[in-house]
Amino acid sequence: MLLQEGPEFFSPSQELGAAIFGFSWNYLKLRIDYRELSSMVAIPSRHKSLALLAAVLIAQLLLLAVQIKRDSRGRLIRVWAVSAVSPFERSGVWGFGKIRGVWDHYFALQTTSRENEALRVENDSLKLAISQLESKAAEAERLSALLSFREAHAKVPMLSARVIGASAGSASRMVEIDRGERDGVRRNMAVITPDGAVGKVIEIYSDTAQVLLLTDKDGGVGAMLVESRDQKPVGGTGEALLTLKYVPNDDKVSIGEKVVTSGMDKIFPQGIPVGTVQEVKPGNTFKQILLKPAAKLERLEEVIVLLTQEPVEFAKEPDAQSAPGAANSGTAAVPAATGQKP
Amino acid sequence: MNETYELRSAETHIEVHKFYPGAIAGVAILALVLQAMVPVYFPGFRILDLPLLLTIYFGLSRRNPSTGLLLGMVIGLLQDSLSGPTVPLGFYGIAKTCIGYLASSIGARLDTEHPAARFALIMGFFVTHQAILVLVRRLLLAEPEVWFNMHLVVAAAVNAVLGTILFLLLDRLRRSS
Repeated sequence: MLLQEGPEFFSPSQELGAAIFGFSWNYLKLRIDYRELSSMVAIPSRHKSLALLAAVLIAQLLLLAVQIKRDSRGRLIRVWAVSAVSPFERSGVWGFGKIRGVWDHYFALQTTSRENEALRVENDSLKLAISQLESKAAEAERLSALLSFREAHAKVPMLSARVIGASAGSASRMVEIDRGERDGVRRNMAVITPDGAVGKVIEIYSDTAQVLLLTDKDGGVGAMLVESRDQKPVGGTGEALLTLKYVPNDDKVSIGEKVVTSGMDKIFPQGIPVGTVQEVKPGNTFKQILLKPAAKLERLEEVIVLLTQEPVEFAKEPDAQSAPGAANSGTAAVPAATGQKP
Repeated sequence: MNETYELRSAETHIEVHKFYPGAIAGVAILALVLQAMVPVYFPGFRILDLPLLLTIYFGLSRRNPSTGLLLGMVIGLLQDSLSGPTVPLGFYGIAKTCIGYLASSIGARLDTEHPAARFALIMGFFVTHQAILVLVRRLLLAEPEVWFNMHLVVAAAVNAVLGTILFLLLDRLRRSS
């Protein structure tokens, strides 16, 4: 604008300087006008925060809508969050283990001390050995059950993992384990304990993975009643118990009956214990059946990830023969169908 | 005019608390880690909602609605991220954004330092938070969810009791003016 109105014999550098000056002047005027306008309109601070609230809520609603529409789950944000928090969880678990060790050891020493008082005459060295064994017994028992299970099924590709975290809210039932993509863990792999089915891997990261428990509202497994051999799905309720679905009111289901995996979901091999029938009520069309999970889903510390999605040939044991149908299933026997540790 | 003046002069008596640098971020991360880790060993801990208690506390203390709602949003989205893929991003984010805004708006108008007032406010905010979560589930995610059960009352009471104690500890992080 300034150049057009000025004399025509300016040099290029003078024209450039004038253009910069003109632009700066116009920008300054605009700034002053904006300030005047703002002071004239004077948006109250409460309205500003209301506008911000509306903007933030709309943004999150859009985020929700995008996730539902595209079935995407914001993996990038989750990877950042999990990567940021999992080191703290690992160190927390380590610290907690140390504290618990000191605590257990303190009580073990107290017991040892009392035993020493009573048995000092007999054999001091023997008592010391006993106390050391006692202090390690609790941890060893848990780990040995896991090891025994692995040894009993040495041909089955599996991986033991430690639980390092849980869901950050009560809206989901999920645990985080310390094994991830680098260890060969993949989505939809079955996760079990020697007691029974736990859930499936739903998200993997480089060193960790998230496992959806059977008790989650979205959790579930193809299952089978051991006595009647009826195959029905089992789903989570969001609470501690599971529900056996679509059993007609005419069918007979007795309390205490065992439920095992059917293998039809292509995730769990057949015959892994799912739970025991705890409550049966008649419904409109189908019975309302609640199951107590076979695995201790509320207190998981170590789990086993089955590193294959193919049907697994479990080693046949005397215990396994007791489960009806195990012999003729063709895909898998029942390593712990009776709920007993091998 | 007089009423406006009195209201404004009354609001100026309410102190806005500031915290040591990094205290808010540090406490928020600690709360999220504890919320994800402790239930592994103590399943009963699941009843507590530490991220919600922090959103309420910092909202009431900072007394700035914009700060409160943004803090609530960040904490909520982090909680979503750490809750697994079945919880969509924004589920806790929306609820905690609203709670952060409400807490800081109420904090700017009332003196919320007394433990009894804090107890009542935590109860109220906990129920409101759950109501928003149920609303989001039913309306946006089309998933069935009950509005009310006894577990909600127990959880609200437990959170209110422990939250009141936690707030007294968090008061120590305030920077003396």
